[in-house]
Amino acid sequence: MRVKQLSVFLENRKGSLAAMAQLLGGSGINMLALSIAETDNFGICRLIVSNAEEGVRILRAAGYTVRITEVLVVCVPDRPNGLAEVLRMMEHEDISVEYLYSFVRNSGYNALIIFRLSDIGRAERLCEEKGVKTLSKDEVEAL
Amino acid sequence: MRTKIWNSDVECMDRERLRALQGERLRAVVKREYENVPLYRERMDEKGVKPADIRTVDDLQYLPFMEKTDLRDTFPYGLFAAPKKDIVRIQGSSGTTGKPIVSGYTQNDIDAWTEMMARTLTAAGADENSIVQVCYGYGLFTGGLGAHQGAGRIGAMTVPMSSGNTQRQIMMMLELGTTHLCCTPSYALYLGETLEKMRIDRSQLKLKAGCFGAEPWTEEMRGEIERLLGLDALDIYGLTEIAGPGVSFECMEKHGMHVNEDHVIPEIINPLTGKALPYGEKGELVFTTITKEGMPMIRYRTHDICRLHDEKCACGRTLVRMERLMGRTDDMLVIRGVNVFPSQIESVLVGVQGVAPHYLLVVDRQNATDSLEIQVEVTDDMFADSLGKLEEIKRIIGERIKSVAGIKALITLVGPGTIPRFEGKAKRVIDKRNL
Repeated sequence: MRVKQLSVFLENRKGSLAAMAQLLGGSGINMLALSIAETDNFGICRLIVSNAEEGVRILRAAGYTVRITEVLVVCVPDRPNGLAEVLRMMEHEDISVEYLYSFVRNSGYNALIIFRLSDIGRAERLCEEKGVKTLSKDEVEAL
Repeated sequence: MRTKIWNSDVECMDRERLRALQGERLRAVVKREYENVPLYRERMDEKGVKPADIRTVDDLQYLPFMEKTDLRDTFPYGLFAAPKKDIVRIQGSSGTTGKPIVSGYTQNDIDAWTEMMARTLTAAGADENSIVQVCYGYGLFTGGLGAHQGAGRIGAMTVPMSSGNTQRQIMMMLELGTTHLCCTPSYALYLGETLEKMRIDRSQLKLKAGCFGAEPWTEEMRGEIERLLGLDALDIYGLTEIAGPGVSFECMEKHGMHVNEDHVIPEIINPLTGKALPYGEKGELVFTTITKEGMPMIRYRTHDICRLHDEKCACGRTLVRMERLMGRTDDMLVIRGVNVFPSQIESVLVGVQGVAPHYLLVVDRQNATDSLEIQVEVTDDMFADSLGKLEEIKRIIGERIKSVAGIKALITLVGPGTIPRFEGKAKRVIDKRNL
Protein backbone atom coordinates (compact mmCIF):
# COMPACT_ATOMS: atom_id res chain seq x y z
CA MET A 1 0.00 0.00 0.00
CA ARG A 2 1.22 3.46 -0.82
CA VAL A 3 1.81 6.05 1.82
CA LYS A 4 2.12 9.82 1.45
CA GLN A 5 5.45 11.31 2.37
CA LEU A 6 6.11 15.03 2.86
CA SER A 7 9.24 16.52 1.29
CA VAL A 8 10.13 19.90 2.73
CA PHE A 9 12.77 22.35 1.48
CA LEU A 10 14.95 23.52 4.35
CA GLU A 11 17.78 26.00 4.31
CA ASN A 12 20.96 24.64 5.84
CA ARG A 13 21.16 26.95 8.81
CA LYS A 14 20.90 26.82 12.54
CA GLY A 15 17.46 26.15 13.93
CA SER A 16 15.60 25.53 10.68
CA LEU A 17 14.84 21.87 11.42
CA ALA A 18 13.86 22.66 15.00
CA ALA A 19 11.49 25.38 13.80
CA MET A 20 9.74 22.98 11.44
CA ALA A 21 9.51 20.20 14.03
CA GLN A 22 8.09 22.63 16.55
CA LEU A 23 5.53 23.91 14.07
CA LEU A 24 4.23 20.39 13.42
CA GLY A 25 4.44 19.38 17.06
CA GLY A 26 2.55 22.47 18.15
CA SER A 27 -0.30 21.46 15.85
CA GLY A 28 -0.45 17.94 17.26
CA ILE A 29 1.13 16.30 14.24
CA ASN A 30 3.42 13.42 15.13
CA MET A 31 6.46 12.58 13.08
CA LEU A 32 6.67 8.84 12.54
CA ALA A 33 9.73 8.67 10.36
CA LEU A 34 12.16 11.19 8.95
CA SER A 35 15.32 11.54 6.95
CA ILE A 36 17.32 14.45 5.66
CA ALA A 37 19.27 14.74 2.44
CA GLU A 38 21.61 17.67 2.53
CA THR A 39 23.90 19.76 0.33
CA ASP A 40 26.11 22.71 1.24
CA ASN A 41 23.35 25.23 1.64
CA PHE A 42 20.03 23.43 1.64
CA GLY A 43 18.42 20.12 2.37
CA ILE A 44 15.28 18.16 1.76
CA CYS A 45 13.58 16.83 4.85
CA ARG A 46 11.41 13.80 4.10
CA LEU A 47 8.91 12.71 6.67
CA ILE A 48 5.97 10.49 7.35
CA VAL A 49 3.52 12.12 9.74
CA SER A 50 0.36 11.11 11.54
CA ASN A 51 -1.81 13.23 9.20
CA ALA A 52 -0.21 14.03 5.84
CA GLU A 53 -2.89 16.40 4.44
CA GLU A 54 -3.02 18.45 7.63
CA GLY A 55 0.78 18.48 7.81
CA VAL A 56 1.02 19.91 4.27
CA ARG A 57 -1.62 22.53 5.01
CA ILE A 58 0.17 23.72 8.15
CA LEU A 59 3.60 23.83 6.51
CA ARG A 60 2.33 25.68 3.40
CA ALA A 61 0.49 28.21 5.55
CA ALA A 62 3.76 28.91 7.34
CA GLY A 63 5.49 29.54 4.01
CA TYR A 64 7.35 26.26 3.51
CA THR A 65 7.83 24.69 0.11
CA VAL A 66 6.36 21.20 0.44
CA ARG A 67 5.72 18.39 -1.96
CA ILE A 68 3.85 15.12 -1.44
CA THR A 69 5.57 12.01 -2.71
CA GLU A 70 4.24 8.48 -2.68
CA VAL A 71 6.41 5.88 -1.02
CA LEU A 72 6.11 2.26 -0.01
CA VAL A 73 6.43 1.21 3.64
CA VAL A 74 7.75 -2.33 3.62
CA CYS A 75 7.93 -4.75 6.56
CA VAL A 76 11.40 -6.18 6.39
CA PRO A 77 12.29 -9.16 8.64
CA ASP A 78 14.48 -7.91 11.48
CA ARG A 79 17.34 -10.38 10.95
CA PRO A 80 20.58 -10.63 8.97
CA ASN A 81 19.91 -10.51 5.23
CA GLY A 82 16.35 -9.28 5.77
CA LEU A 83 16.83 -6.06 3.80
CA ALA A 84 19.15 -7.69 1.26
CA GLU A 85 16.44 -10.16 0.26
CA VAL A 86 13.89 -7.40 -0.36
CA LEU A 87 16.43 -5.35 -2.34
CA ARG A 88 17.38 -8.37 -4.47
CA MET A 89 13.73 -8.94 -5.20
CA MET A 90 13.40 -5.35 -6.47
CA GLU A 91 16.63 -5.51 -8.43
CA HIS A 92 15.50 -8.71 -10.11
CA GLU A 93 12.46 -6.87 -11.43
CA ASP A 94 14.54 -3.87 -12.54
CA ILE A 95 12.94 -1.57 -9.99
CA SER A 96 15.50 0.89 -8.72
CA VAL A 97 15.57 2.42 -5.29
CA GLU A 98 15.95 6.21 -5.30
CA TYR A 99 16.38 6.37 -1.55
CA LEU A 100 15.22 4.61 1.57
CA TYR A 101 15.15 5.20 5.30
CA SER A 102 13.65 3.44 8.27
CA PHE A 103 10.93 4.02 10.82
CA VAL A 104 11.73 4.74 14.40
CA ARG A 105 9.36 1.99 15.52
CA ASN A 106 9.24 -1.68 14.70
CA SER A 107 6.25 -3.79 13.83
CA GLY A 108 6.55 -7.14 15.60
CA TYR A 109 9.72 -8.80 14.41
CA ASN A 110 9.91 -6.55 11.38
CA ALA A 111 11.81 -3.36 10.70
CA LEU A 112 9.81 -0.77 8.75
CA ILE A 113 11.67 0.58 5.76
CA ILE A 114 10.42 3.43 3.57
CA PHE A 115 11.23 2.99 -0.12
CA ARG A 116 11.16 5.63 -2.85
CA LEU A 117 11.17 3.61 -6.06
CA SER A 118 11.36 4.08 -9.80
CA ASP A 119 8.07 2.19 -10.30
CA ILE A 120 5.97 2.11 -7.18
CA GLY A 121 3.01 0.33 -8.81
CA ARG A 122 5.09 -2.63 -9.95
CA ALA A 123 6.89 -2.79 -6.61
CA GLU A 124 3.56 -2.89 -4.82
CA ARG A 125 2.33 -5.84 -6.91
CA LEU A 126 5.67 -7.56 -6.52
CA CYS A 127 5.52 -7.36 -2.72
CA GLU A 128 2.01 -8.77 -2.78
CA GLU A 129 3.02 -11.69 -5.03
CA LYS A 130 6.05 -12.55 -2.92
CA GLY A 131 4.20 -12.18 0.37
CA VAL A 132 6.23 -9.18 1.55
CA LYS A 133 3.99 -7.08 3.73
CA THR A 134 3.59 -3.35 3.12
CA LEU A 135 1.72 -1.00 5.39
CA SER A 136 -1.32 1.04 4.42
CA LYS A 137 -1.90 4.69 5.28
CA ASP A 138 -4.20 3.71 8.16
CA GLU A 139 -1.74 1.21 9.51
CA VAL A 140 1.03 3.77 9.41
CA GLU A 141 -1.05 6.42 11.09
CA ALA A 142 -2.02 3.91 13.81
CA LEU A 143 1.60 3.18 14.66
CA MET B 1 5.57 55.59 -48.96
CA ARG B 2 6.38 53.93 -45.68
CA THR B 3 9.38 56.07 -44.84
CA LYS B 4 8.68 59.73 -44.30
CA ILE B 5 11.50 62.07 -43.43
CA TRP B 6 10.91 65.57 -42.06
CA ASN B 7 14.30 67.06 -42.83
CA SER B 8 16.16 64.77 -45.21
CA ASP B 9 18.95 67.32 -45.77
CA VAL B 10 20.05 66.71 -42.20
CA GLU B 11 18.65 63.28 -41.40
CA CYS B 12 20.28 61.70 -44.47
CA MET B 13 23.38 63.92 -44.55
CA ASP B 14 26.68 62.42 -45.61
CA ARG B 15 28.52 61.60 -42.37
CA GLU B 16 31.66 63.50 -43.32
CA ARG B 17 29.64 66.65 -43.90
CA LEU B 18 27.76 66.07 -40.67
CA ARG B 19 31.04 65.79 -38.76
CA ALA B 20 32.21 69.07 -40.23
CA LEU B 21 28.95 70.74 -39.19
CA GLN B 22 29.24 69.25 -35.69
CA GLY B 23 32.83 70.46 -35.37
CA GLU B 24 31.85 73.99 -36.32
CA ARG B 25 28.95 74.03 -33.83
CA LEU B 26 31.05 72.40 -31.10
CA ARG B 27 33.67 75.15 -31.35
CA ALA B 28 30.97 77.79 -30.91
CA VAL B 29 29.29 76.12 -27.95
CA VAL B 30 32.54 75.51 -26.08
CA LYS B 31 33.48 79.14 -26.51
CA ARG B 32 30.03 80.22 -25.32
CA GLU B 33 30.17 77.93 -22.29
CA TYR B 34 33.70 79.01 -21.34
CA GLU B 35 32.77 82.68 -21.51
CA ASN B 36 29.44 82.45 -19.67
CA VAL B 37 29.47 79.56 -17.20
CA PRO B 38 32.02 79.93 -14.37
CA LEU B 39 31.68 76.31 -13.23
CA TYR B 40 32.64 74.97 -16.62
CA ARG B 41 35.36 77.54 -17.20
CA GLU B 42 37.01 76.48 -13.93
CA ARG B 43 36.74 72.86 -14.93
CA MET B 44 38.37 73.51 -18.31
CA ASP B 45 41.11 75.59 -16.70
CA GLU B 46 41.82 72.78 -14.23
CA LYS B 47 42.34 70.44 -17.16
CA GLY B 48 44.38 73.05 -18.99
CA VAL B 49 41.98 73.09 -21.97
CA LYS B 50 41.20 76.34 -23.78
CA PRO B 51 38.32 76.85 -26.24
CA ALA B 52 40.91 77.27 -29.01
CA ASP B 53 42.13 73.69 -28.39
CA ILE B 54 38.79 72.32 -29.55
CA ARG B 55 38.74 72.19 -33.33
CA THR B 56 36.93 69.02 -34.42
CA VAL B 57 34.62 66.39 -32.95
CA ASP B 58 37.73 64.30 -32.20
CA ASP B 59 38.75 66.92 -29.63
CA LEU B 60 35.64 66.23 -27.52
CA GLN B 61 37.63 63.71 -25.48
CA TYR B 62 39.75 66.51 -23.98
CA LEU B 63 36.75 68.29 -22.48
CA PRO B 64 35.65 67.75 -18.87
CA PHE B 65 32.34 66.06 -18.08
CA MET B 66 29.17 67.52 -16.60
CA GLU B 67 26.97 65.68 -14.14
CA LYS B 68 23.44 65.88 -12.80
CA THR B 69 24.87 67.12 -9.50
CA ASP B 70 26.16 70.20 -11.36
CA LEU B 71 22.55 71.17 -12.11
CA ARG B 72 21.54 70.71 -8.48
CA ASP B 73 24.58 72.52 -7.10
CA THR B 74 24.05 75.56 -9.31
CA PHE B 75 20.24 75.56 -9.16
CA PRO B 76 18.51 77.48 -10.61
CA TYR B 77 20.54 79.76 -12.89
CA GLY B 78 24.16 78.70 -12.42
CA LEU B 79 24.55 76.91 -15.76
CA PHE B 80 22.69 79.44 -17.90
CA ALA B 81 24.84 80.72 -20.76
CA ALA B 82 22.37 83.32 -22.04
CA PRO B 83 21.09 86.48 -20.32
CA LYS B 84 17.77 86.00 -18.57
CA LYS B 85 16.01 88.37 -20.94
CA ASP B 86 16.66 85.86 -23.76
CA ILE B 87 15.25 82.90 -21.85
CA VAL B 88 11.66 82.26 -22.91
CA ARG B 89 10.94 78.98 -21.14
CA ILE B 90 11.81 76.94 -18.09
CA GLN B 91 11.31 73.19 -18.00
CA GLY B 92 12.39 70.90 -15.24
CA SER B 93 12.05 67.72 -13.32
CA SER B 94 11.12 67.31 -9.71
CA GLY B 95 13.91 64.91 -8.91
CA THR B 96 13.29 62.18 -6.36
CA THR B 97 15.31 63.79 -3.60
CA GLY B 98 16.18 67.31 -2.67
CA LYS B 99 16.28 70.17 -5.13
CA PRO B 100 14.64 69.97 -8.51
CA ILE B 101 16.60 70.62 -11.68
CA VAL B 102 15.61 73.16 -14.29
CA SER B 103 16.74 74.06 -17.78
CA GLY B 104 16.32 77.40 -19.54
CA TYR B 105 15.46 77.69 -23.24
CA THR B 106 15.92 80.59 -25.63
CA GLN B 107 13.50 80.84 -28.56
CA ASN B 108 16.13 79.16 -30.75
CA ASP B 109 16.35 76.30 -28.23
CA ILE B 110 12.58 75.83 -28.31
CA ASP B 111 12.69 75.85 -32.12
CA ALA B 112 15.45 73.24 -32.21
CA TRP B 113 13.61 71.00 -29.75
CA THR B 114 10.40 71.41 -31.77
CA GLU B 115 12.30 70.44 -34.92
CA MET B 116 13.60 67.28 -33.21
CA MET B 117 10.10 66.30 -32.17
CA ALA B 118 8.76 67.06 -35.68
CA ARG B 119 11.32 64.59 -37.06
CA THR B 120 10.27 62.09 -34.40
CA LEU B 121 6.57 62.25 -35.27
CA THR B 122 7.28 62.20 -39.00
CA ALA B 123 9.34 59.04 -38.54
CA ALA B 124 6.22 57.56 -36.92
CA GLY B 125 4.29 58.35 -40.10
CA ALA B 126 2.51 61.45 -38.82
CA ASP B 127 1.79 64.48 -41.04
CA GLU B 128 -0.77 67.29 -41.46
CA ASN B 129 -3.55 64.70 -41.89
CA SER B 130 -2.79 63.05 -38.56
CA ILE B 131 -4.51 63.39 -35.21
CA VAL B 132 -1.92 63.33 -32.44
CA GLN B 133 -3.16 62.66 -28.93
CA VAL B 134 -0.63 63.77 -26.32
CA CYS B 135 -1.10 61.96 -23.01
CA TYR B 136 2.25 62.96 -21.53
CA GLY B 137 1.83 65.36 -18.62
CA TYR B 138 1.85 69.07 -19.50
CA GLY B 139 3.83 71.36 -17.28
CA LEU B 140 7.43 71.55 -16.14
CA PHE B 141 7.90 67.97 -17.35
CA THR B 142 9.10 68.12 -20.96
CA GLY B 143 6.93 65.26 -22.26
CA GLY B 144 3.63 67.05 -22.84
CA LEU B 145 4.85 70.35 -24.28
CA GLY B 146 7.61 68.66 -26.26
CA ALA B 147 5.22 66.37 -28.10
CA HIS B 148 2.69 69.19 -28.42
CA GLN B 149 5.14 71.56 -30.11
CA GLY B 150 6.34 68.87 -32.52
CA ALA B 151 2.80 67.91 -33.51
CA GLY B 152 2.02 71.56 -34.14
CA ARG B 153 5.11 71.98 -36.32
CA ILE B 154 4.12 69.17 -38.70
CA GLY B 155 0.60 70.61 -38.88
CA ALA B 156 -1.14 67.68 -37.26
CA MET B 157 -4.39 68.08 -35.34
CA THR B 158 -3.10 68.12 -31.79
CA VAL B 159 -5.15 66.81 -28.87
CA PRO B 160 -3.53 68.07 -25.64
CA MET B 161 -5.03 65.55 -23.21
CA SER B 162 -2.17 65.52 -20.70
CA SER B 163 -1.92 62.47 -18.45
CA GLY B 164 -4.60 60.59 -16.54
CA ASN B 165 -8.36 60.10 -16.89
CA THR B 166 -8.10 56.94 -18.94
CA GLN B 167 -11.82 56.64 -19.74
CA ARG B 168 -11.83 60.12 -21.26
CA GLN B 169 -8.60 59.39 -23.17
CA ILE B 170 -10.28 56.37 -24.75
CA MET B 171 -13.50 58.26 -25.49
CA MET B 172 -11.59 61.03 -27.30
CA MET B 173 -9.47 58.48 -29.12
CA LEU B 174 -12.62 56.79 -30.44
CA GLU B 175 -14.63 59.92 -31.22
CA LEU B 176 -11.85 61.96 -32.82
CA GLY B 177 -10.21 59.06 -34.61
CA THR B 178 -6.75 59.57 -33.10
CA THR B 179 -3.99 58.26 -35.36
CA HIS B 180 -0.92 58.86 -33.21
CA LEU B 181 -0.37 58.48 -29.51
CA CYS B 182 2.36 60.08 -27.39
CA CYS B 183 2.73 58.71 -23.85
CA THR B 184 4.86 56.47 -21.68
CA PRO B 185 5.00 52.80 -22.76
CA SER B 186 3.49 51.68 -19.46
CA TYR B 187 0.54 54.03 -19.98
CA ALA B 188 0.12 52.74 -23.55
CA LEU B 189 -0.04 49.24 -22.13
CA TYR B 190 -2.58 50.36 -19.56
CA LEU B 191 -4.72 52.02 -22.26
CA GLY B 192 -4.62 48.78 -24.22
CA GLU B 193 -5.62 46.69 -21.24
CA THR B 194 -8.44 49.09 -20.41
CA LEU B 195 -9.75 48.87 -23.98
CA GLU B 196 -9.78 45.11 -23.66
CA LYS B 197 -11.60 45.29 -20.33
CA MET B 198 -14.17 47.67 -21.81
CA ARG B 199 -14.59 45.17 -24.66
CA ILE B 200 -13.87 47.82 -27.27
CA ASP B 201 -12.94 46.24 -30.56
CA ARG B 202 -9.58 47.37 -31.88
CA SER B 203 -11.11 47.91 -35.33
CA GLN B 204 -13.01 50.92 -33.95
CA LEU B 205 -9.66 52.66 -33.43
CA LYS B 206 -7.76 54.54 -36.10
CA LEU B 207 -4.38 54.31 -34.36
CA LYS B 208 -1.36 53.95 -36.63
CA ALA B 209 1.68 54.55 -34.46
CA GLY B 210 2.79 55.71 -31.05
CA CYS B 211 5.89 57.53 -29.78
CA PHE B 212 6.57 56.04 -26.39
CA GLY B 213 9.33 57.15 -24.05
CA ALA B 214 10.37 58.66 -20.72
CA GLU B 215 11.02 55.24 -19.20
CA PRO B 216 12.88 52.08 -20.18
CA TRP B 217 10.88 49.27 -21.76
CA THR B 218 11.41 45.94 -23.47
CA GLU B 219 10.77 44.23 -26.81
CA GLU B 220 8.17 42.06 -25.06
CA MET B 221 6.30 45.20 -24.02
CA ARG B 222 6.45 46.49 -27.58
CA GLY B 223 4.82 43.28 -28.82
CA GLU B 224 2.09 43.50 -26.21
CA ILE B 225 1.31 47.20 -26.86
CA GLU B 226 1.18 46.58 -30.62
CA ARG B 227 -1.17 43.64 -30.11
CA LEU B 228 -3.49 45.54 -27.76
CA LEU B 229 -3.61 48.85 -29.63
CA GLY B 230 -3.00 47.69 -33.20
CA LEU B 231 -0.30 50.28 -33.91
CA ASP B 232 3.44 50.50 -34.49
CA ALA B 233 5.01 51.15 -31.09
CA LEU B 234 8.15 53.27 -31.42
CA ASP B 235 10.74 54.07 -28.79
CA ILE B 236 11.81 57.67 -28.22
CA TYR B 237 14.43 59.09 -25.87
CA GLY B 238 15.02 62.44 -24.32
CA LEU B 239 15.99 64.23 -21.16
CA THR B 240 15.32 67.68 -19.80
CA GLU B 241 19.01 68.46 -19.40
CA ILE B 242 19.56 68.03 -23.16
CA ALA B 243 16.20 69.23 -24.57
CA GLY B 244 13.32 66.89 -23.84
CA PRO B 245 11.64 64.12 -25.85
CA GLY B 246 12.99 63.75 -29.37
CA VAL B 247 16.72 63.74 -28.62
CA SER B 248 16.56 60.40 -30.41
CA PHE B 249 13.71 58.52 -32.07
CA GLU B 250 12.94 55.23 -33.76
CA CYS B 251 11.83 54.97 -37.36
CA MET B 252 9.53 52.25 -38.70
CA GLU B 253 12.54 49.92 -38.99
CA LYS B 254 12.39 49.66 -35.16
CA HIS B 255 16.10 49.14 -35.18
CA GLY B 256 17.41 51.66 -32.67
CA MET B 257 16.79 55.36 -32.08
CA HIS B 258 18.26 57.93 -34.49
CA VAL B 259 20.07 60.65 -32.60
CA ASN B 260 19.48 64.21 -33.84
CA GLU B 261 23.19 64.69 -34.35
CA ASP B 262 23.00 68.18 -35.81
CA HIS B 263 21.88 69.32 -32.34
CA VAL B 264 23.58 66.85 -30.01
CA ILE B 265 26.72 64.71 -30.20
CA PRO B 266 26.38 61.33 -28.49
CA GLU B 267 29.38 59.46 -27.13
CA ILE B 268 29.82 56.13 -25.40
CA ILE B 269 32.40 56.06 -22.62
CA ASN B 270 33.77 53.54 -20.20
CA PRO B 271 31.98 54.67 -17.00
CA LEU B 272 34.99 53.83 -14.85
CA THR B 273 37.82 55.41 -16.81
CA GLY B 274 35.85 58.04 -18.73
CA LYS B 275 37.59 56.94 -21.91
CA ALA B 276 35.57 57.21 -25.13
CA LEU B 277 34.65 53.89 -26.75
CA PRO B 278 34.12 53.14 -30.46
CA TYR B 279 30.68 52.59 -32.05
CA GLY B 280 29.26 49.17 -31.25
CA GLU B 281 30.68 48.99 -27.74
CA LYS B 282 28.56 49.04 -24.64
CA GLY B 283 29.09 51.84 -22.16
CA GLU B 284 27.70 55.02 -20.67
CA LEU B 285 25.88 57.45 -22.93
CA VAL B 286 27.21 61.02 -22.89
CA PHE B 287 25.67 64.00 -24.72
CA THR B 288 26.99 67.34 -25.85
CA THR B 289 24.44 69.91 -27.01
CA ILE B 290 25.89 71.87 -29.93
CA THR B 291 23.12 74.35 -30.72
CA LYS B 292 21.73 75.10 -27.28
CA GLU B 293 22.03 78.71 -26.09
CA GLY B 294 20.09 78.88 -22.81
CA MET B 295 21.82 76.07 -20.97
CA PRO B 296 24.31 74.17 -23.09
CA MET B 297 25.53 70.85 -21.68
CA ILE B 298 28.97 69.61 -22.58
CA ARG B 299 29.78 65.92 -22.21
CA TYR B 300 26.81 65.42 -19.93
CA ARG B 301 26.88 61.97 -18.34
CA THR B 302 23.43 60.34 -18.53
CA HIS B 303 24.43 57.22 -16.56
CA ASP B 304 22.35 55.27 -19.07
CA ILE B 305 24.05 52.24 -20.57
CA CYS B 306 23.66 51.49 -24.27
CA ARG B 307 25.44 51.05 -27.60
CA LEU B 308 25.66 53.32 -30.65
CA HIS B 309 25.68 52.15 -34.27
CA ASP B 310 26.71 54.25 -37.25
CA GLU B 311 25.72 51.92 -40.11
CA LYS B 312 23.19 53.55 -42.43
CA CYS B 313 19.62 52.58 -41.60
CA ALA B 314 17.32 50.94 -44.15
CA CYS B 315 15.04 54.00 -43.79
CA GLY B 316 17.71 56.13 -45.48
CA ARG B 317 18.71 58.13 -42.42
CA THR B 318 22.42 58.37 -41.74
CA LEU B 319 21.99 59.58 -38.15
CA VAL B 320 23.64 57.33 -35.56
CA ARG B 321 21.27 54.90 -33.86
CA MET B 322 21.28 54.20 -30.14
CA GLU B 323 20.14 50.82 -28.89
CA ARG B 324 17.50 50.33 -26.27
CA LEU B 325 18.87 51.29 -22.84
CA MET B 326 20.51 48.34 -21.09
CA GLY B 327 20.61 49.66 -17.55
CA ARG B 328 22.10 52.41 -15.41
CA THR B 329 25.70 52.83 -14.32
CA ASP B 330 24.37 53.59 -10.83
CA ASP B 331 23.34 49.93 -10.56
CA MET B 332 26.48 48.55 -12.14
CA LEU B 333 28.68 46.25 -10.11
CA VAL B 334 32.29 45.62 -10.92
CA ILE B 335 33.13 42.09 -9.84
CA ARG B 336 36.60 40.74 -10.55
CA GLY B 337 36.92 43.49 -13.16
CA VAL B 338 33.73 42.45 -14.96
CA ASN B 339 30.84 44.92 -15.26
CA VAL B 340 27.69 43.21 -14.03
CA PHE B 341 24.18 44.67 -14.14
CA PRO B 342 21.43 43.37 -11.86
CA SER B 343 19.12 43.57 -14.89
CA GLN B 344 21.26 40.95 -16.69
CA ILE B 345 21.01 38.61 -13.72
CA GLU B 346 17.27 39.15 -13.55
CA SER B 347 16.79 38.35 -17.23
CA VAL B 348 18.63 35.06 -16.73
CA LEU B 349 16.59 34.12 -13.67
CA VAL B 350 13.18 34.79 -15.19
CA GLY B 351 14.23 32.66 -18.15
CA VAL B 352 14.71 29.55 -16.02
CA GLN B 353 11.64 27.38 -15.57
CA GLY B 354 10.05 27.77 -12.17
CA VAL B 355 12.35 30.50 -10.91
CA ALA B 356 10.63 33.51 -9.31
CA PRO B 357 12.05 37.01 -9.77
CA HIS B 358 12.94 37.23 -6.11
CA TYR B 359 16.68 37.31 -5.79
CA LEU B 360 19.49 38.95 -3.90
CA LEU B 361 23.04 39.54 -5.09
CA VAL B 362 25.66 39.38 -2.37
CA VAL B 363 29.09 40.64 -3.33
CA ASP B 364 31.99 39.97 -0.99
CA ARG B 365 35.76 39.99 -1.07
CA GLN B 366 37.82 37.25 0.49
CA ASN B 367 41.60 36.93 0.16
CA ALA B 368 41.58 39.84 -2.30
CA THR B 369 39.17 38.02 -4.60
CA ASP B 370 35.62 39.17 -5.28
CA SER B 371 32.82 36.69 -4.96
CA LEU B 372 29.26 36.91 -6.22
CA GLU B 373 26.53 34.95 -4.58
CA ILE B 374 23.06 34.90 -6.08
CA GLN B 375 20.34 33.91 -3.66
CA VAL B 376 17.27 32.53 -5.37
CA GLU B 377 14.03 31.59 -3.67
CA VAL B 378 12.78 28.06 -4.10
CA THR B 379 9.25 27.92 -5.51
CA ASP B 380 6.70 25.12 -5.52
CA ASP B 381 7.18 24.95 -9.29
CA MET B 382 10.86 24.13 -9.13
CA PHE B 383 10.87 22.04 -5.99
CA ALA B 384 11.00 18.31 -6.52
CA ASP B 385 11.65 15.57 -4.01
CA SER B 386 15.14 15.19 -5.38
CA LEU B 387 18.43 16.85 -4.55
CA GLY B 388 19.58 16.10 -8.07
CA LYS B 389 16.84 18.22 -9.65
CA LEU B 390 17.53 21.18 -7.39
CA GLU B 391 21.25 20.87 -8.06
CA GLU B 392 20.44 20.77 -11.77
CA ILE B 393 18.53 24.07 -11.52
CA LYS B 394 21.49 25.60 -9.69
CA ARG B 395 23.82 24.37 -12.39
CA ILE B 396 21.62 25.77 -15.21
CA ILE B 397 21.38 29.18 -13.52
CA GLY B 398 25.13 29.23 -12.93
CA GLU B 399 25.92 28.35 -16.54
CA ARG B 400 23.57 30.96 -17.98
CA ILE B 401 24.93 33.66 -15.67
CA LYS B 402 28.41 32.73 -16.85
CA SER B 403 27.48 33.04 -20.51
CA VAL B 404 25.37 36.21 -20.19
CA ALA B 405 27.32 38.19 -17.59
CA GLY B 406 30.71 36.55 -18.05
CA ILE B 407 31.17 35.80 -14.40
CA LYS B 408 31.12 32.73 -12.18
CA ALA B 409 28.56 33.03 -9.42
CA LEU B 410 27.69 30.91 -6.43
CA ILE B 411 24.00 30.07 -6.65
CA THR B 412 22.27 29.60 -3.30
CA LEU B 413 18.73 28.32 -3.00
CA VAL B 414 16.86 29.87 -0.11
CA GLY B 415 13.44 29.28 1.40
CA PRO B 416 10.37 30.97 -0.08
CA GLY B 417 9.62 34.41 1.32
CA THR B 418 13.04 34.78 2.92
CA ILE B 419 14.30 37.52 0.59
CA PRO B 420 12.88 40.81 1.86
CA ARG B 421 10.17 42.43 -0.27
CA PHE B 422 10.23 46.17 -0.76
CA GLU B 423 7.57 48.60 -1.75
CA GLY B 424 8.63 50.17 -5.02
CA LYS B 425 12.25 49.83 -5.97
CA ALA B 426 13.65 46.59 -4.62
CA LYS B 427 17.03 46.33 -2.98
CA ARG B 428 18.69 43.60 -4.97
CA VAL B 429 22.31 44.03 -4.06
CA ILE B 430 24.30 43.74 -0.86
CA ASP B 431 27.91 44.75 -1.37
CA LYS B 432 29.98 43.71 1.63
CA ARG B 433 33.26 44.87 0.13
CA ASN B 434 34.84 47.95 1.64
CA LEU B 435 35.82 49.63 -1.59
